[in-house]
Formats: sequence, C-alpha cells, structure tokens
Amino acid sequence: MLRLLRRTFAHGIHPPGHKHTAERAIRRFPFAPRLIVPLSQHIGQPAVSLVHVGQEVVRGEPIAAASGFLSVPMHAPATGVVTVLEPVPDARGGKGAAIVIAPYPGDDQRLRYGAPRDVAVLTRDELIAAIQDTGLVGLGGAGFPTHAKLDVRDDQPIDTLVVNGCECEPYLTNDERVMVEWVDDLLLGIDLALRACGAQRAVIGVEDNKPRAIAALRAHLRLDGRVTVEPVATKYPQGAANLLIKTLLDREVPSHGRSSQVGVVVQNIATLAELGQLLPQQRGLIERVVTVSGDLTRPGNYLVPLGTPLRYLLDQAGYTGADGEIILGGPMMGTSVATLDVPVTKAVSGVLALTADWHLAGDTQVYPCIQCGKCLAACPLHLNPSRLGLLAAKREYRIMAERYHLDDCFECGACAYVCPARIPLVQYCRIAKQMNREVTA
Amino acid sequence: MTPPHEPLLELRSPPHLHAPMSVERIMRNVIYALLPLCAFGVYAFGLSAAALIAVVTLSCLGTEQLFNHLAGRAGSLRDGSAAITGILLALTLPPGFPLWMGVVAGCIAIALGKMLFGGLGGNVFNPALVGRAFVQAAFPAAISGATPPFLDGRFTHFLPSSLALPLMSPAAQPLWAGAPVDAVSGATPLAASKFAHVITAQADLFLGATAGAVGETSALLILAGGVYLAARRMLDWRIPLAVLLSAALLAGVFNFVDAARYPTPLFMLLSGGLMLGAVFMATDPVGSPVTPLGMWIFGALVGSVTIIIRLFGALPEGVMYAILLGNAATPLIEAVTQPRVYGTARAARRKSG
Repeated sequence: MLRLLRRTFAHGIHPPGHKHTAERAIRRFPFAPRLIVPLSQHIGQPAVSLVHVGQEVVRGEPIAAASGFLSVPMHAPATGVVTVLEPVPDARGGKGAAIVIAPYPGDDQRLRYGAPRDVAVLTRDELIAAIQDTGLVGLGGAGFPTHAKLDVRDDQPIDTLVVNGCECEPYLTNDERVMVEWVDDLLLGIDLALRACGAQRAVIGVEDNKPRAIAALRAHLRLDGRVTVEPVATKYPQGAANLLIKTLLDREVPSHGRSSQVGVVVQNIATLAELGQLLPQQRGLIERVVTVSGDLTRPGNYLVPLGTPLRYLLDQAGYTGADGEIILGGPMMGTSVATLDVPVTKAVSGVLALTADWHLAGDTQVYPCIQCGKCLAACPLHLNPSRLGLLAAKREYRIMAERYHLDDCFECGACAYVCPARIPLVQYCRIAKQMNREVTA
Repeated sequence: MTPPHEPLLELRSPPHLHAPMSVERIMRNVIYALLPLCAFGVYAFGLSAAALIAVVTLSCLGTEQLFNHLAGRAGSLRDGSAAITGILLALTLPPGFPLWMGVVAGCIAIALGKMLFGGLGGNVFNPALVGRAFVQAAFPAAISGATPPFLDGRFTHFLPSSLALPLMSPAAQPLWAGAPVDAVSGATPLAASKFAHVITAQADLFLGATAGAVGETSALLILAGGVYLAARRMLDWRIPLAVLLSAALLAGVFNFVDAARYPTPLFMLLSGGLMLGAVFMATDPVGSPVTPLGMWIFGALVGSVTIIIRLFGALPEGVMYAILLGNAATPLIEAVTQPRVYGTARAARRKSG
C-alpha cells in the first residue's frame, strides 16, 4: 500500500538516520603535512607512477597515468615534493603502492593546472577519453571508473541516465550538500554524461528526507523535461543502483547482468558534480567532499584533499582519540580501519568515529538461527539470508551459490542489521564467495 | 597534534549498526505475553495450576541445564527458550494433571524435542508439543481429565490427582471440604460438543469460564498476548491469521452443510487449544517456514488439519497433532516457496531451485 504512495522497492530497512551534519555547508579542509596517494583507488588496473622521489609537483598535475582502459590517472592533490614511493597501509589491512607528497607549507596552493575548453565540440569518443583524463571514479563508494561505466557503445542503446542522489547510508550527508550547493556543476555533469552514454533523459532519484536538495535541484532544472527529479522513499538500501532502477523505472537488471542491459546507466550525484566541474577546465580529481561524523567535536562536510591521512583528518575534526571503531564510508557497508595511517581516497564518502558506549557495548552474543524470517523481509533482493547463514555455518558454499543465489548478494547488510540472533550474515556471504572463487580458480 | 596515546581501534564486519532486537529480548517478551495466561490459569484452577506451571517449567530448565552440562556447553537458560517451552507445555495440560507426570513431560519436551536436535534453533518439532504428545500417549486417562473452573477451595487445596504418586493410580475421586464430588470432574467444551452434543456459551469460551487445560481457556488473553507480540514485531501475524482463517473456513463449510451435526466456526475457534496453538505454538519460528508464502501454507495446513481431526478423528482435540504435522512439513513447504530473487525469472528459479 505504502509503495503506491511513495516510490520505493519491496523490503529493505529503516535504520536511524544520524544525519547530524545535514545543515553543515561544505568547507575546505587544510592540507596535511603528508598526502598519501595510492595508485589503486579504483576497480581495475592500478595507475602507473610518473614521478620519482624528490620530484616537485604542482597541484593538479598528473602524477600517475592510467594503465589501460579500465584504469584512471592520479593527480597531485597539493604543490609539494614527492617524498616516498613505497607501499603504504590500505583500508583493507594490506599494503598498496602509493605516492607520498609533502605539500610546501608556505605555498598558496593555488590551482595552476588545467585550462578551459569548449566541451560542445567534443565527439563521443573524445568525451569518454576526456572523462578518463579527469581520473573520476564512482564517488559513492564503488570506485568504478566513470568513463568505463559511461562507455556503452557496444551494448544495447541506453535510454535513461539514472542519477543517484539517495544517500541511504546513515550519517552521510556529503551528497546532500553537493545537491544543495553545487547544482550548476551537477547539471553540467549530467549533460556531459548524457552525451557520453547517448541517453535521452536523466532521472535524479533523491530520498524524500532531503527536501532542501529536491527544492534546490527543481529550482535549477530546465523546463524541457530532459532532466527530472523524483523523490523516492527514505529506506535503506534505496541507493543501491539496481534497486533505484527498480524504483524509478520498474526495470530489473538481470542477475549477474549490467544495468546497460535494461537501457540504463547509473551515476552517483557527487561524481557528476565533479565531472561538471573538472572536465570543462581539463582538470583532474584532487579533492572530494567527505562527511566526517560520529563522536567528534567538529563534524561536518569537508572538501578534503585526496591523500589526507585519517589521523590528520580526525584530529582536525575534533576526534578525542577514544577507543572504538573508525569507519570509511557509511555504517552499513563501510570498512572499519586497523590504522589511522590510511588516507582518504576517491571512493571514501565518509569517515565516522563511532566510539560511544551505545555503539560499542550492546548485546553481541551470537545465538543460533531461530528462523524468524526477519532477514527475508529485509533483503531487498528477496534472497533467503537465513538459509544462506545456516548453509555457511555448515560450509556448504557451493549450495549457497547454486541454489540460493549467493552471488546476487551485494552485501548491503540489511539482513545482519535486523538479525535478532546477531548472526554475521554478511561476513558469512563474503567468506562463501571467496571460498567459491578460490575453488574455481 | 596527535592524540597522546594510540587509540585501540576495533575491527568489525559491516554492518556497523544493528537493530535493537535480540533473541533474548524476543523470548523475554513471549514470556511477558504468557504471564497473563498463567495468572488466569491460576485464578481459574487454583493451587494445582500454579504448582503444575512451576514444576513443568523447572523440569524443562533442569533438563536443559543437564544436557548442557553433559555436552560441556555453556548454559543456555539465559536465552529464555527453555522457560517458554516449560510454560507453554504446562498451559496445555489439564489443571489436575499429576505433578510427577508434569516432570516427565518437561524432561521429554526438552530432551527429545530440543536438545537431541542440538538445542535452540535445531529442533524440527515444537518441543512443548513433543512433551505433550508423549504424555498424551503415555497417560491418556490423566490427560483427558477436565476440571471446571472457579471451584471453591481451589486456593487452599490441591486437586487430589495433582499429588498422585509416581506410577500409582490417582485417588479415585477428588475430595475436599465442601466441594461436591461430581463438581470436580467435568468435560471440556470440545468433549461435551463431540460426545454429548452440548454447546458451551460463546461468552464463556471467549473469557475462559470453561473447563480445559491450564492456559487454553481464555481466548481473550491469548489474543491480547498475540497482538502485543505482533505489534512489537516479535511474532509473525501471518501464521495465526492463516490458522484461524482456515479453521473457520473449513468449520464454516461443514456447519453450513449440516448445522445440527457440526458446531459453528466461532465455537471451533474459541474452544480447546486452537487459539493457544495458533498464537503461541504454530508461530514458534524454528518449526515454521521462514518464507512469507510458506507461512500462509503452513498456517492453512495447521488450521484445516485441526478441524478435520476434531470433526472426524477419535480425539476431541487436534491442534497438537496438526502443528506437529505442520512442523514436519515445514522443510517441504520452504523448498517450494523460495521467493523470486531480484533479476531472476520464475522459470529459471524452478530449474535451479
């Protein structure tokens, strides 16, 4: 019944919003004494370094080149000197190759790189190449190279560009601020993306808990109807691309398929706003809006230079150094980090310090599955997490994949969120997928 | 610049937030919902009912603890499931049920019904009903005894049968000062209807002023408990609704065909253990399907089998066997009711599922 009134998908959950920073305007963040630029911040081949230790770099200058089509270049986030070219800790607990830059403290850090260009004359191929040159990847957290996602020339025709402004993860407000403050860039980015993918229209889906964003967008839309704003119900995980497609267009992306198979390309709102900002200036991505929130004295939405170490970021944001969890991304799908030496990368939408007792304490005892069915009612894909969990406990990973659609799970965490037995269902599914990959390989 | 000490960072698997719901909390609330039934049972049937509830529950707790001890496992009494089994089991027994038989019922319920399957979550059948089925088969005379409610002296005297010694016949007839002998043994509304064609007043059935098991007589309190749990999302309303609807429908068909022979649907819903079974036993999540469609099928199965046993079986009551049958059918029901996954076609699902 509710679905008729408010556009949404079936199932899903309603975690508390915690959108404490929604009113805080985007503010520029200071430069850390050390900026760490990993060469692999995206899905695909790592970039290849173009610099050597001791080399001076100018803010905005390319410092690493794309190594193939599914790869993007990196740009210097500050004017300074390259101090280290060695593997550094990454968020997943391993180490990855990186370029470390020490910004010059006295420099004004003005952007001297880039030049305006006429985007109207670019052909589709030139446009795709120009998007790759910006180094843009999906800023919502996926990190998939933007140009590759928009390059759908070999697939069936695309009729709709879906612009994802849902921001369904609790705490995060960076997309909301971008929609409110960077509307012109966003609309220009949408134009460019429409041309790149060949779609006729764009639909911006925004959760209805962001009335300011919806109003700001509507105030700037042209009247030709090519770009429309659709409020959708506030529900997790409304921002999952395939569910947003279902909500807005009532199309289902085939299992194991791509959205282009149903004529759709999905792009995150922040990605397109950056595209509209960078591409006409021939610049690269060197900073992004990050929500810094949780148990801090100065939470906010900051325009953070890429490579800023979490230690510096949290320190400036008023983190007290309390024991607890530091999360990259949102609390539903984000990763908790083992060290504060990891940097902010292109796909980091939020940094959360969750150190309060209410978060850390609480009932963590795991009970056996009582088959209450709450996970089935939560799973947006209509999987059977209860059965997946029981099978995983018995290490029946094959059966999970063959009969219970394990590989369709995108680990949104709705099942584990509602599970009264606290069964680590997401972790089970991750382990199962990994084991199946290893056996197949 | 940097904090004075390096903070201890916790690594957790996402999601990092969790709904404020736990197994313990659900079980605790089920117990809350059962307490009014216990209170009413004690009010209606007195000392014997109170003792029976206490003895059966303690027997369940003790058995669970013994099995945990033997298996070298941590205690599992805190989750509350053993207490629920004990209370539910006691509520399905007649008030004058010999206490020693209550101990046997509790042991069997937990031992055969739950722990042999691996404890909470592993059982195929509802443990309380396993215990009751056992004593129904072992002590058919004792379990079919019925006591009218609101007897004088019920708070000061045990029903004599309650205190029967193990493996001895209970005292021939209950006796206590002032109580007329023939008032103490009665017949449940279902037995009266089936064997004597006497129909009990519906108001009495709804409020619980009838003979019957300790906790099955007041439909009102049972429904209140069910609504409480459903409102707190600790019970899936689909199953009780499906049980009651299907029972009413089937009873209605028979009543329509021959009203003189078959009682009305409302009588069927309010009498015997149907209400208690539908709300508190068929809904035991462990033994019922997890799939939404499966819940409807399961409920319909339980409701209609209950009516068929009541009308055509040798027993006056059929809820217990209907639910046990439903428990047994649950894996089959689940197998054919897996939901259609996003992005897959139904035909493809059949092939792979």
